[in-house]
Amino acid sequence: MKRVIRMREMSDDQKGVIKKISAAGDMGRRVREMGLVPGTLIQIQGRAPLKDPVAVKIRDFILTLRNNEADHILVEVDGPDL
Amino acid sequence: MEKKFIIALSGNPNSGKTTVFNALTGARQHIANYPGVTVEKKTGRVAHRGFDIEVVDLPGTYSLTAYSLEEIVAREFLVNERPDLVVDIVDASNLDRNLYLAVQLRELGVPLVIALNMVDVAKARGIIVDHEKLSSMLGVPVVPMVARSGKGIRDLLDVVVEEAKRGAQWQPAPISYGRDIDRSLDEIEELIKESNVYDTKYPPRWRALKCLEGDPQIRELLERDPEQGAKIKHICENTAKHIMDTQEEEPEGIIADHRYGYITGVTKKAVKRKIELRLNLSDKIDKVLTSRILGPFIMVVILYGIYSFTFWVSEVPVAWLELFFGYLKMVVSSLLPQGVLQSLIVSGVIDGVGGVLGFVPLIMFMFFAIAILEDSGYMARIAYMMDRILRWFGLHGNSVMALIVSGGITGGCAVPGVMATRTLRDPKERIATLLVVPFMNCGAKLPVYAMLIAAFFPRDRARMMFFLTLLSWGFALFAAKFIRSTILRGQKTPFVMELPPYRAPTLQGLLIHSWERTWQYIKKAGTIILGFSIILWAMMTFPGLTKDAVRSFEHRRADLKNALLASPKMKNWVRDEKDLDLLDRLYDEYREGQGEKEALSPPNIAGSRLFPLIRAAFVLEKGGNSTDDMEEGPFKAASRYLDFRRQMVYIDREQHQTALKHTIAGRVGRSLERITRPLGFDYRTNIALVGGFAAKEVIISTLGTAYSLGEVNPEESGSLSERLKHDPDWDPLKGFTFIIFTMLYVPCFATVISIRKESSWGWAGFSITFNLIVAYLVALVFSQAGRWLVPGF
Repeated sequence: MKRVIRMREMSDDQKGVIKKISAAGDMGRRVREMGLVPGTLIQIQGRAPLKDPVAVKIRDFILTLRNNEADHILVEVDGPDL
Repeated sequence: MEKKFIIALSGNPNSGKTTVFNALTGARQHIANYPGVTVEKKTGRVAHRGFDIEVVDLPGTYSLTAYSLEEIVAREFLVNERPDLVVDIVDASNLDRNLYLAVQLRELGVPLVIALNMVDVAKARGIIVDHEKLSSMLGVPVVPMVARSGKGIRDLLDVVVEEAKRGAQWQPAPISYGRDIDRSLDEIEELIKESNVYDTKYPPRWRALKCLEGDPQIRELLERDPEQGAKIKHICENTAKHIMDTQEEEPEGIIADHRYGYITGVTKKAVKRKIELRLNLSDKIDKVLTSRILGPFIMVVILYGIYSFTFWVSEVPVAWLELFFGYLKMVVSSLLPQGVLQSLIVSGVIDGVGGVLGFVPLIMFMFFAIAILEDSGYMARIAYMMDRILRWFGLHGNSVMALIVSGGITGGCAVPGVMATRTLRDPKERIATLLVVPFMNCGAKLPVYAMLIAAFFPRDRARMMFFLTLLSWGFALFAAKFIRSTILRGQKTPFVMELPPYRAPTLQGLLIHSWERTWQYIKKAGTIILGFSIILWAMMTFPGLTKDAVRSFEHRRADLKNALLASPKMKNWVRDEKDLDLLDRLYDEYREGQGEKEALSPPNIAGSRLFPLIRAAFVLEKGGNSTDDMEEGPFKAASRYLDFRRQMVYIDREQHQTALKHTIAGRVGRSLERITRPLGFDYRTNIALVGGFAAKEVIISTLGTAYSLGEVNPEESGSLSERLKHDPDWDPLKGFTFIIFTMLYVPCFATVISIRKESSWGWAGFSITFNLIVAYLVALVFSQAGRWLVPGF
């Protein structure tokens, strides 16, 4: 089973494929030029001590985003629908 | 004759661009700013095969849009200066994202060479890049290299020379962005070619692409031809609408997706991946260094360690510089006759510039430490961990370093702190940070605190210091919050930031890094700071006392002398002024020798008939009594003589005090009394605060003069402390108010100059005004609330 969730909801070390970037403007541009485009495989690397920002492994590097920024990124992950 | 040409280095941050630049040019570098902006422009030279190559280091960017200063600067340079060749540094271990910039450079069409850097790191991670295939697919030469060890640098230069000889031309690469966008691109390209209004600096297809992406700069350029511009605008809007309707995306997003699609196509063929390693070393380190509990703890230890290391290693060279300037002052004082010129050179030039240059070792080591944090990749982790807290105050995770360097653990310096704000990319966050770092407790404020705490809170020294540290953090953070929600209001910029892999910094990189920043500071000290220091000196020197006033002090001295000479106790020892001069000279010399035994004293003292008197006076001054083996006679005279000396010193100090009150600074201080009275500050504290603009430790020496205590050494301010403690004008509340005011009011001018350097005169001026207002209001609240809460305080 596949389901689509927001990146914020992913747990540590979980993998997924980017489905859609719903951010426009500066934010949309910044995440895209860093390689967060639909079809890309990502894996959550961890979270900062205060649970925000989140670190994501993408392509061959690690990117950090704030939680409210990760909300704009929809990811397809394995798992049953909740 | 050597043939010359220009190459530009472009590349992502953390791609090793600076290492390539250093490896190419060595120490032959020149730093300036790009015209009109604070982005640094580094240039260097290298000679290869009879060619003189000028290398320009473009700012590190991920893209070529018009949304960040760095990207605009890089783009304008490429288009306007038309370098003969662009070398794009690409990190082989992170190929996809690094090629995103390369693809955009191909779109623009610049003559390009790709330097495929860090192939060793890539190999270690199981990534093997076939550089020949990459080259044929992208249509540009690709040179594999390891810049850290210098491997491949010569090959790169060979290819660069080869390409330059060939006279490579601008040639935009045709990349497809899907049917809809491609069709619009064709139409717009035709329209641009038809117009004769547009300049030919930009390739038409690239301009069409940027127009579809909504690039504000290019859209504005297209409006120069009203007729064609309107048609182009129409096409762009229609395309955007169509794409939004059919694919629920903006053209910009579709274009980015296609670029990455193109890159994936290239890397699928040119890159072989061995088994994917689940965690590389860098990831493993991160599991510890950014972990929930251990992470913050290690961060505090590292920051504190770096901080104390910096102050510890710079202590000795700073002391040497102080000694050197002290010696210089002595030599100049003895060479020049006493007067205005001597005072100008000693108190204006040497004290002013010396005070600033005295910081140089500190700044150098501080930058060295910061360079280690940056080059190793740890700085990005600090920002990552601190961001949640600092974001609330409108700052960025990276702001924490600047705050700590400025005195976050008490005893830093705001000058390197202001310079450390360069690591912040967003201009609003950067300016907010540099405006609040002067609130931290720098090393020069500490003596002022120590003196006042000793006078008014002697039992709570440690607790007070800790409390003041917390207060300064509080003021800095809330001031930042205030600034970010008023004059620098604005959306928080996306945090989207790379956590670069941990790397061991190269020594060459660290040295070049810290030296070039230090050198910029030294250059400032030699020019603007020298000027300011002379102005401040003049304010505290002119106008001097009137002739009448000076004469009245002379009269008082003469009266004292005559009274002494007329005293019967002195009759046997001193008969005229000549005798008195001799006594003064010998006694000073004897005191300096700390009252050596008769046999050890210089013959001119020991052999003098005045010797018994001198010795008696010394014993008395040290608080001793006459002993049996001494006669009574000299002691009576000595006591009278010491009395005379004390009164002479008192007159000197009174003259200094009167003179200071008479100067411009004194007048300013007095006229400010009207404003500062609610705080309980009189003209003497005001003069001291005016002097503190030069450097905060000057507050103590100026207060010393203002309270006619003569020279007060900031390190040994005990006498001033005692004096204030027993002064009816002072109480613990005024002491505390004065501490708070010192913490918050104007940054010292070395800091103001640094703020100007990192922003503008406008912000430097704002910083002075803003800090003064904050200091005044806070001090007012404290002093009024204190009086109200504890009426008898």
